[in-house]
Amino acid sequence: MSDTTPTKSTASARELTRNGLWNNNAALVQLLGLCPLLAVTGSVVNALGLGIATMVVLVGSNTAVSLIRHYVPDSVRLPAFVMIIASFTTCAELLMQAFTYELYQVLGIFIPLIVTNCTILGRADAFARKNPVLPAMLDGFMMSLGFLAVLIVLGGLRELIGQGTLFTNMDLIFGPVAESWEITLFPNYPDFLFAVLPPGAFVGLGLLIAVKNRVDSGIEKRKAAKAEKPVAGSKRVRVTGSIS
Amino acid sequence: MTGLNLTSPHVTGRTSVRWVMGWVLLALVPGWIVLIVSFSLGYAINMVLALLTALIAEALLLAWRGRPVMFFLKDLSALVTAALLALALPPLAPWWLTVLGTMIAIVFAKQLFGGLGNNPFNPAMVAYALLLVSLPLYMTTRWASPDFSLPIADTLAIIFAGQTPVDGATGATPLDVYKLDISRLTSAEVLQSPIFGSWVAEGWDVANLAFLAGGGLLLWKRIITWHIPVSFLAGLGIMALLFSGDADVRTPIDLHLFAGATMLGAFFIATDPVSAATSNRGKLVYGAGIGVLIYLIRTWGNYPDAVAFAVLLMNFAAPLIDHYTRPRVYGHDKSVKGFKND
Repeated sequence: MSDTTPTKSTASARELTRNGLWNNNAALVQLLGLCPLLAVTGSVVNALGLGIATMVVLVGSNTAVSLIRHYVPDSVRLPAFVMIIASFTTCAELLMQAFTYELYQVLGIFIPLIVTNCTILGRADAFARKNPVLPAMLDGFMMSLGFLAVLIVLGGLRELIGQGTLFTNMDLIFGPVAESWEITLFPNYPDFLFAVLPPGAFVGLGLLIAVKNRVDSGIEKRKAAKAEKPVAGSKRVRVTGSIS
Repeated sequence: MTGLNLTSPHVTGRTSVRWVMGWVLLALVPGWIVLIVSFSLGYAINMVLALLTALIAEALLLAWRGRPVMFFLKDLSALVTAALLALALPPLAPWWLTVLGTMIAIVFAKQLFGGLGNNPFNPAMVAYALLLVSLPLYMTTRWASPDFSLPIADTLAIIFAGQTPVDGATGATPLDVYKLDISRLTSAEVLQSPIFGSWVAEGWDVANLAFLAGGGLLLWKRIITWHIPVSFLAGLGIMALLFSGDADVRTPIDLHLFAGATMLGAFFIATDPVSAATSNRGKLVYGAGIGVLIYLIRTWGNYPDAVAFAVLLMNFAAPLIDHYTRPRVYGHDKSVKGFKND
């Protein structure tokens, strides 16, 4: 196997931000990391907890992968990346165990499972190993921020429809201050279990993707309307064959 | 007709969607009336709520999707979905349950998949299953007792004002009761309960006969073929004969056939032409699958009646069944089966 030197692809900070948050959103466009996305978004606090843990791992792994990008041969890069990601996941797990023990217990197996989140390995392989440290860090941060945003929206949606509340148990992350944050939007709400169960997450994610596509097509339309129109009466250029 | 020289095969007759759906609605009427008379006025209220919600939801979604609204409303398919759901829901459930269920059926299970003819799952059953999973309390305890005459004012208060039904006015279904009680009583003792009445199950037996008659009407008008109902009932019946021989252990065959949603399911729900298998042999497999699954879920599952889940599971399987049961094409020696000729 030939050792291909990583091709350089530098992107501006603006582009990285846009891609991570919207254009190439990990959850809505790449559809990666669906397992945690669907499994733990039953409430805002779960979504936030797992989202932050994923962020720590993704920023850390992108940085580390970028730092060692000249020393790891291509043929063994994936095991190396997985080792790095696993180390950061273990760190995140131990940190959660130390500081947010109840949340750690609620999220359970899904914290170690961050290792298997395809977004993280995907970013390491597609971006971090070809780019310097700073862009890699920024990419990791923005990608995980986009992922976190979708997690929180989906968590809020499911908590609201499933239990009629928002921000329950936020004290698991923010301490006793957050105990009063819980908002009960519908008193006497009969729990709508479908939203809390995994199928509800699939439907919710589908709706979010639909909304995103709708917004995108609206933007496209406005762009097309803004584009210059040919002057009325101008001759059509006749094209035969292709130019190449 | 048009003066064109068309070659065979010709389709004769004017079977428009509207004509089919109109007959299906008509065929549901006898069973519906029996349910109202023997159980509760709630079935009538449910029906009105469901039909209105279905029309509004269908119109809104069609307009939003940029489809001709009146054209699709006039085909009555939304009304059939709503009617099936209204007949399946417990009569003394709160009004919002019916409205929510109908909206789920029309918006999520039908229109979001592309409207009439594009839904892979029976919309009414999707809504029923979703409600049963989400709100089990309302879906299992709000069945009207057949021997309790609830005043109209109380029925309205229960449905619209959120009043809790008085003791005895509501209960579980006969299938549910039998399954629960047979673990500690003998069959004769279980059947002492007034909900089983003089024949199979008070009210349910007559309603099932009425749906059977309605199904006969559909067969006579050639709106459905015999394949699905017959294989459905045969599947359920054979399973019951095999495993329910001892009525002191498991629910006997007469209850399986006449105490639940069996006839409604066999003639009206499983025969939905969109989500069922297409070829005649396919229909036999599809119907038998539903019948067997109903017995399995009723006997070893957690839910007392299983028509919705069985139909949905076989909806999943319908494309596969179609793939392996392609009929012989006219003029060819053998039918193409499986993936050989793709």
